[in-house]
Amino acid sequence: MIRITKRDGISSLLSVAIRVIAVIAALILCLIITFLFTGRDPLRVLSEMVGGSFGTSKRMWEFLQRTMILSCIAVGLAPAFKMHFWNVGAEGQMLMGGLGALILMKFCWVIPSLPLLILMALLAILFGAVWGMIPGFFKAKWNANETLFTLMMNYIAIQIVLYFCTIWEGTVGTVKIGIVNGEAGAPSYHKGWIGEMFTGNFNDKDFMWLVLIVLLVVVAMWAYLRYTKQGYEISVVGDSVNTAKYAGIRVNKVYVRSMAISGGVCGFAGFLAVSAVSRTLTDLTADGRGFTAIIIAWLAHTNPYLMLVFAALYTFMELAGKQMASAFQLNDYYSKILTGIVLFFVLGCEFFTNYKVHISKKHKGGAAK
Amino acid sequence: MSGFLSFLSSFSTTLTFSITFGTVILFGALGEILSEKGGNLNLGVPGIMYIGAIGSLVGALWFQGATSGMAASLGVLYSILCVLVCLIFAFGMSMLGGLLFAYLTISLRTNQNVTGLTLTIFGTGIANYIGGSLGSVGTVRADVTSDAVKAYITPLVKWLDGLTDKFNLGSLLFRHGFMVYFAIVVAIALWYFLTKTRTGLSLRAVGENTATADAAGININKYKYLSTCVGAGISGLGGCFYVMEYIDGLWETSATIGALGWLAVALVIFATWKPMRCIWGAYLFGLLSWFYFLVPGLFKGSDKIFQMLPYLFTLLVLILVSLRRKPEDQPPGSLGKAYFREER
Repeated sequence: MIRITKRDGISSLLSVAIRVIAVIAALILCLIITFLFTGRDPLRVLSEMVGGSFGTSKRMWEFLQRTMILSCIAVGLAPAFKMHFWNVGAEGQMLMGGLGALILMKFCWVIPSLPLLILMALLAILFGAVWGMIPGFFKAKWNANETLFTLMMNYIAIQIVLYFCTIWEGTVGTVKIGIVNGEAGAPSYHKGWIGEMFTGNFNDKDFMWLVLIVLLVVVAMWAYLRYTKQGYEISVVGDSVNTAKYAGIRVNKVYVRSMAISGGVCGFAGFLAVSAVSRTLTDLTADGRGFTAIIIAWLAHTNPYLMLVFAALYTFMELAGKQMASAFQLNDYYSKILTGIVLFFVLGCEFFTNYKVHISKKHKGGAAK
Repeated sequence: MSGFLSFLSSFSTTLTFSITFGTVILFGALGEILSEKGGNLNLGVPGIMYIGAIGSLVGALWFQGATSGMAASLGVLYSILCVLVCLIFAFGMSMLGGLLFAYLTISLRTNQNVTGLTLTIFGTGIANYIGGSLGSVGTVRADVTSDAVKAYITPLVKWLDGLTDKFNLGSLLFRHGFMVYFAIVVAIALWYFLTKTRTGLSLRAVGENTATADAAGININKYKYLSTCVGAGISGLGGCFYVMEYIDGLWETSATIGALGWLAVALVIFATWKPMRCIWGAYLFGLLSWFYFLVPGLFKGSDKIFQMLPYLFTLLVLILVSLRRKPEDQPPGSLGKAYFREER
């Protein structure tokens, strides 16, 4: 019979080993599925998989860019998750941040480059923070279910963005704003774009700015959670609300403040997506990444560095799927299947890190239970 | 006068679309209620509805292809058979999606929010992948099945029209396929099951306080697995209805099913976990989704603002519910929590 007990603790080596095994098992399953769909040589499939992220320098920068934005959102979720506050509203917070950045980029481009970028980032953080504080406030005040509240806030944000896409649409009827400040020769050219404003012309290497900024955010969040008083308060609230209350921590204040930080960082991710990557805003600026980041933040157990690892893994699978789709004439959604499989495996393996399975043959025969 | 008439006609079109969307949302929400009453917050509903949609289409295409020779000899019976096969496929495939969720969250005790979101990614991917690979998208059509799903219940319509010859009440009320009415029947059945039967009471006990239910001798795993899987099956019927009725048995790669799926999750909150309240709530959500159709061009982008209303209403309900703290309006007590007997 099989008996399950909870582990008291787990050595970090074993927990890493379990996850690596899960990822490898998932990759093998992906290879098998691709083989069944296409009948191609598995080695060729594998090489296309890797090539999706590392095939050319352009793809590598794409890989880095996507990983970094995903990490930034996940890192934003860390303070919320650490206090066991289910912020599933990153999608909306990111979009609102993107909206904040776009407003300044579109209407205030006369401001000199560097101050403009800083103002854009600040407004994005403000928009995201407000979007995060609203559910935080209602949780603190009336204990409104935060999972459902933040979830609804996403769709309100999407509709708001769609509304602005309609009234600011570039070509009538497209419901798309189009690239902002992209008209060569105009005085607004490249204003509010991270990267080009320093080098003049677009180059994949300009994503370096994005990488550096996000790495800074990751380290800052790690330090905030680990070394500051506020970070400590967050972890006490996460462990036990009652303990926090008895210790004199104002739980309601921690909820609202941490959600402001959480939403603010997600809003900052929106600024990065708008200013460094798309240079426009659509309802697909977040493109489900707000939800993916939830999975990543949760898998990483709110450790910002681990988030980088899981974000890289996710992006790798996503690009692998895209590459295979184009190489083998499959359709684009193939990458969602692959990423789904990998996530299911990594999720499922959490069980083996939390619980121990004992298989004993003692009770065979059903004599005693 | 003609302005009024055109308003009336656009009103009746709006109403038809609203009921169609409402029914998709209603199926999704009813399945989710069943699942949440057992304590499982399945955020994979949009994914499951996608799986149901593609499941029904693949099933219908396969069955029509395999048995096209029988069509002439069986007549109406053949159409009924097609619909049955399509429903079974939709229900079965969605249940498989639910089973995956149940296995991960109940047996492997993974986090429900995270697993649900992954299921949504996965379901959206697999449905659009298969749908996009069906050959030339938008031309491969499950015609017999779709026509049968869309068919009016003619005798009923004629009878009611005859009774109310000025208003044609029959054509007004029953201008939909049978699944619209079936959804209402499911809602009533679910209400009866949850409030009037012993099994329903046990299920609610599991969702309210799993440990207590366990101590009372209720088989937790059985209840949780069954409610999640059957719930997923019901949600999947929403996707089936969308494909067969709204887009004529074709496939289109769009985000609409996903959006309706999230509306279904919202509706569960809006209806405070009550199946009967879901019925009018679903039509209200449907109406709000199409409201811009009624007052076109009120101001630029007004349609986008109107489409925000269902979510705003849900938020309002969520705030009111937590403000008033009425016990019968609260979410199930152990919603979203994994259960491990040895850990209390």
